[in-house]
Amino acid sequence: MPLFIREGQMIKYKSTEKILRIDKIAKSIFTISGIIIISILMAIMIFLLKESIPFFKEHGVIDFLFGTSWDPTSGVEEKYGIIPLFISTLMVSVGSLVISMPIGIGAAIFFSEYSKGKISDFIRYIMEILSSIPSVVIGFIGITLIGPFLAELTGTNNGFNAINGSILVALMTLPTIISISTDALKDVPKDMRDASISLGSTKWEAIIKIVVPYAKRGIFASFMLGVGRAIGETMTVVMATGNAPAIPKTFLDSVRTMTANIAIEMGEVPIGSKHYHALFAIGFVLFIITLLVNLLSNKITKRKI
Amino acid sequence: MHIINKKIIIEKIGIILVSLSTLIVISSLIIIFYDILVKGIDKISFEFLFTFPKKNMTEGGIYPAIIGTLYVTIVSVIFSVPFGITAGIYLSEYSKENKFTTLIRTTIKNLAGIPSIVYGLFGLGIFVTGMKIGESVLSAGLTLGLLVLPVIITTTEEALKRVPESYRDASIGLGATKWQTIKKVLIPSAGPGIMTGIILSIGRAAGETAPILFTGAAFYLHTLPGSIFDKFMALPYHIFALSTQHAQLSKVRPIAYGATLILIFLVFMLSSIAFFLRLKLRKISEGNL
Repeated sequence: MPLFIREGQMIKYKSTEKILRIDKIAKSIFTISGIIIISILMAIMIFLLKESIPFFKEHGVIDFLFGTSWDPTSGVEEKYGIIPLFISTLMVSVGSLVISMPIGIGAAIFFSEYSKGKISDFIRYIMEILSSIPSVVIGFIGITLIGPFLAELTGTNNGFNAINGSILVALMTLPTIISISTDALKDVPKDMRDASISLGSTKWEAIIKIVVPYAKRGIFASFMLGVGRAIGETMTVVMATGNAPAIPKTFLDSVRTMTANIAIEMGEVPIGSKHYHALFAIGFVLFIITLLVNLLSNKITKRKI
Repeated sequence: MHIINKKIIIEKIGIILVSLSTLIVISSLIIIFYDILVKGIDKISFEFLFTFPKKNMTEGGIYPAIIGTLYVTIVSVIFSVPFGITAGIYLSEYSKENKFTTLIRTTIKNLAGIPSIVYGLFGLGIFVTGMKIGESVLSAGLTLGLLVLPVIITTTEEALKRVPESYRDASIGLGATKWQTIKKVLIPSAGPGIMTGIILSIGRAAGETAPILFTGAAFYLHTLPGSIFDKFMALPYHIFALSTQHAQLSKVRPIAYGATLILIFLVFMLSSIAFFLRLKLRKISEGNL
């Protein structure tokens, strides 16, 4: 049936049936895409496990998880112990968070409590830019700036060590920590601050004793996300930590993280070999660790205060 | 009197500490940018951008790396944008608050948290060897597409959630179906927000190295990729190769600086566009409410 809005102007209408049919098709397309997402995650997990199983069968899970030496290309005896890589990852992650958490929370307090308007927008912009810098660029800075600086400072010959990696990864986790902590601090009701100040506390006391404790869940979420990013960071640590696959003793030692080890060795191994499957096993371990970190942070941030 | 003085001193120290933290963050960005700008700017020329590397990469330009990054980013966008947006629409408009939806949301969060090198492993196993696509623009593009998918889904969902409920009610009240409401009301209103997510994920895809290491990036090629089934050179991988793998590291350092400057410039442009788009959106929505 033609319908006239203005004189001489006709709009073609689809029949009601057709409209309803299109609506149904749209609904099923959108639902399917939701299901596909889940399938992708499942596929990644199943796939990593599937590619790891031949290695676990041949080598044994215990020897892999508790072996203290990683030397797959040794002519004498191939060794596939993940411990040195795990300790390296642990050192870089802990080191980076020791740097980024205090600075991040400090900056978040400044951002949410002591800046407004243009300055606040400017800092937000800086965070956005910092978080967009590709990790290969940060790694490049580690080689050209921080490495030589550390070498001079500590009297070592190159400065490619766990400290270098920690500083770089801290740089990469800072924007996440700052923006999530800032949001958490900004979400604290204004009443809380006002009540505290009207009871005679200074603004600083109100922040430290009321606002920060109130926002602790959000701050913890930022910490967990920082942990996840630090564990998963690849290129910066490949480029700036020296990559020696021995168990590091101090932060001045060269380290080779789990991620770095995959990046370094995967290009060299024949597809389908034991070594190839061993690298997938490391990927599987990484996947499980990040999954646990995520689930834990979800659980803690969701619980009601 | 004494107590008040002490409180004021503590407050002053506190303010100094938080200001110092902020200063550290801002100055580290300035130092990084300044160092790369000063040492890379001399290299930048028309020739550097549009010629192939020469003499074992110690001279010449970075043209194939720029083109390779362009190709692989386009493939990842073609794959991830339609898929990410439909999933975002599903989550915001169709899903009901039940266990299945919670599972999807948790899944997306977890996908976003998986290390990029693990995506690389997945890409190698599924696209390169599993589907037998081989190391190629397509394999690497699909891998990067998977990587940015969570970003697009989340930003789309958030943008749609920000559209006031009254818009939906008005449209449905006028007799429109859900799909008509989405197409004619919600997507136009949420468009700029969705755009932000797409721009951010382009920046991410263009700058990632780990996922393309074994899915198609090459150390050096003397031709451009002829099709999506060829290997390619990429800007971030080129920087990695020039600063760690090359036989004459000090000789190629200026080229590495030049390439880094170009990559940073590219990513900064994208994230600046995204930032100002978002800033404008926030101002608009604050003005409305």
